[in-house]
Amino acid sequence: MAFLQLQGVSMGYGPASRRTEVLADIDLEIEEGEFVAIVGYSGSGKTTLMSILAGLLRPESGKVLFDGQDTPGPGPDRGLVFQNYSLLPWLTVYENVALAVDQVFPKLSDAERRQHTDRFVAMVNLTPARDKRPHELSGGMRQRVSVARTLSMQPKVLLLDEPLGALDALTRATLQDEISRIRLAEKQTVVLITNDPDEAILLADRVIPLTAGPRATLGPSIPVILPQPRDRRTLHQSYDFKQIRQEVIGYLLKATSRHRTTLSRSLVLPDVEPEDITHHSQRFFGSGRRARRPSELKTETVEVEL
Amino acid sequence: MKNQWHRFDFILLPVLGGIFILLLWHISSHTWSGDLPDPAKTWHESKPYVLDPWGKRGELDQGILRFTLLSLGLVAKGYAIALILGTPIGFCLGLSPTFTKIFDPIIQILRPVSPLAWLPLGMVLFAKIKGINITEIAALFTIALCSMWPTVLNTAVGVRAIPTDYLNVARVLKLSRWKTLTRVMIPATLPYMFTGFRLSLGIAWLVIVAAEMLTGRPGVGGFLWQQYNALVYEQIILCILTIGGTGFILDRLMSVIERRFKTA
Repeated sequence: MAFLQLQGVSMGYGPASRRTEVLADIDLEIEEGEFVAIVGYSGSGKTTLMSILAGLLRPESGKVLFDGQDTPGPGPDRGLVFQNYSLLPWLTVYENVALAVDQVFPKLSDAERRQHTDRFVAMVNLTPARDKRPHELSGGMRQRVSVARTLSMQPKVLLLDEPLGALDALTRATLQDEISRIRLAEKQTVVLITNDPDEAILLADRVIPLTAGPRATLGPSIPVILPQPRDRRTLHQSYDFKQIRQEVIGYLLKATSRHRTTLSRSLVLPDVEPEDITHHSQRFFGSGRRARRPSELKTETVEVEL
Repeated sequence: MKNQWHRFDFILLPVLGGIFILLLWHISSHTWSGDLPDPAKTWHESKPYVLDPWGKRGELDQGILRFTLLSLGLVAKGYAIALILGTPIGFCLGLSPTFTKIFDPIIQILRPVSPLAWLPLGMVLFAKIKGINITEIAALFTIALCSMWPTVLNTAVGVRAIPTDYLNVARVLKLSRWKTLTRVMIPATLPYMFTGFRLSLGIAWLVIVAAEMLTGRPGVGGFLWQQYNALVYEQIILCILTIGGTGFILDRLMSVIERRFKTA
């Protein structure tokens, strides 16, 4: 049986009269030690899906199975790295990590806990910034603290909710390498949600597209058969990479177009051209015929989302 | 040349304002307001209170700093009661919509009531309790009740404004209720709480004068009222300046403390 499993999960928001179905019929199976990336449009319900995986939200229908438990609440065994870091601003880098360590390992001695905390601060290369507060750090550093806090709980599965979305391209690349390194070293089970197909293919063993919402659902999983660790510089030239990328993007675009349809109809634009008063003399002397202003015929095409 | 003068604007301009008010006061006392002592006479009559600020010649005849300290002592007690009661009430209002629905209308009605109205109620309320100083208790009751509301309301707003992300962190870490409160909710609310504390202190200081006037307790307010009744008008302005100055200093102190918590 899969380690983390979603069975027919659906989720919607809003009152019954104006409900939006965000997710519909989501089935997902993740094995232990696997790195799965879910790629989707922004606004397609990625964060909702992640909250369900983390147990922060309960699905309206369907089941979440985690390590044999049925739909458990949130807990440190599913370490969630929040999209917007969610560090506590009144605590230093060390204290933010220590809060998690103290909570998850109450049985360890003080010295052991301190050592454990320091190890994870060092793992994300933040030892020099150990006693700084989040507002003194750059975005990339904050996200690293957030990753360190989550990893220090030694979760059974690491849930990354667009962790690098708010970062610039260079910082992003560095952190991607760091995530890849840590993951390979710790043999961690990871679920990554992202809007960047390249990031997904670079890191994951399996990429699953999430169609655009409303009623977003998961597409077929696409295995990434590239050897680990992957080098971003040579990856882009690899035939396999291009093939997989093509497949992921192709599926997302196709799934989106299937959601839309076009309606066409002809329109008769009303005759609203002002009368040409410089020619008033024509009426007086001439044939008495007004200038012809024919109604214009046009077709209108509207795209409708279903 | 002109720029040189601009450097002293921060001191020159306020002095200019002061001189203007002194002039207005002087002219008023010599024209249409005959009973008002002019600045020179006020200073002359206030001298013993200012130059010997710690002197004590009688219960209602003490140095001005001594009076201020007496008033501050009473304010401190009332203010402490207000914070001790107000902060938890604010937390309850922020946390529970049901609690808000039950008590918010009452709070909105009690909030604008003047200290002058609360004091007699305090006197009646505690009249039958033996072994207490009734005027002091009534004054504390009034100060606490009037100055509580900014703390209550600001704390409630602060609790409602705690980002969901912080609470989600607490949920993912499975923090206990107590730890969530002490490690996440209280620190997240502190900036709001301190804004409430500062406003509350301002009101507590406003109320003290009224409370002392009505109860005749020794203090700046009591002194002011006594001198007025004794037809000695010189010290009224001294008292007003003392009250204003003390209030200003208290507010500055609180905003310094408030700013320290803002960055957190």
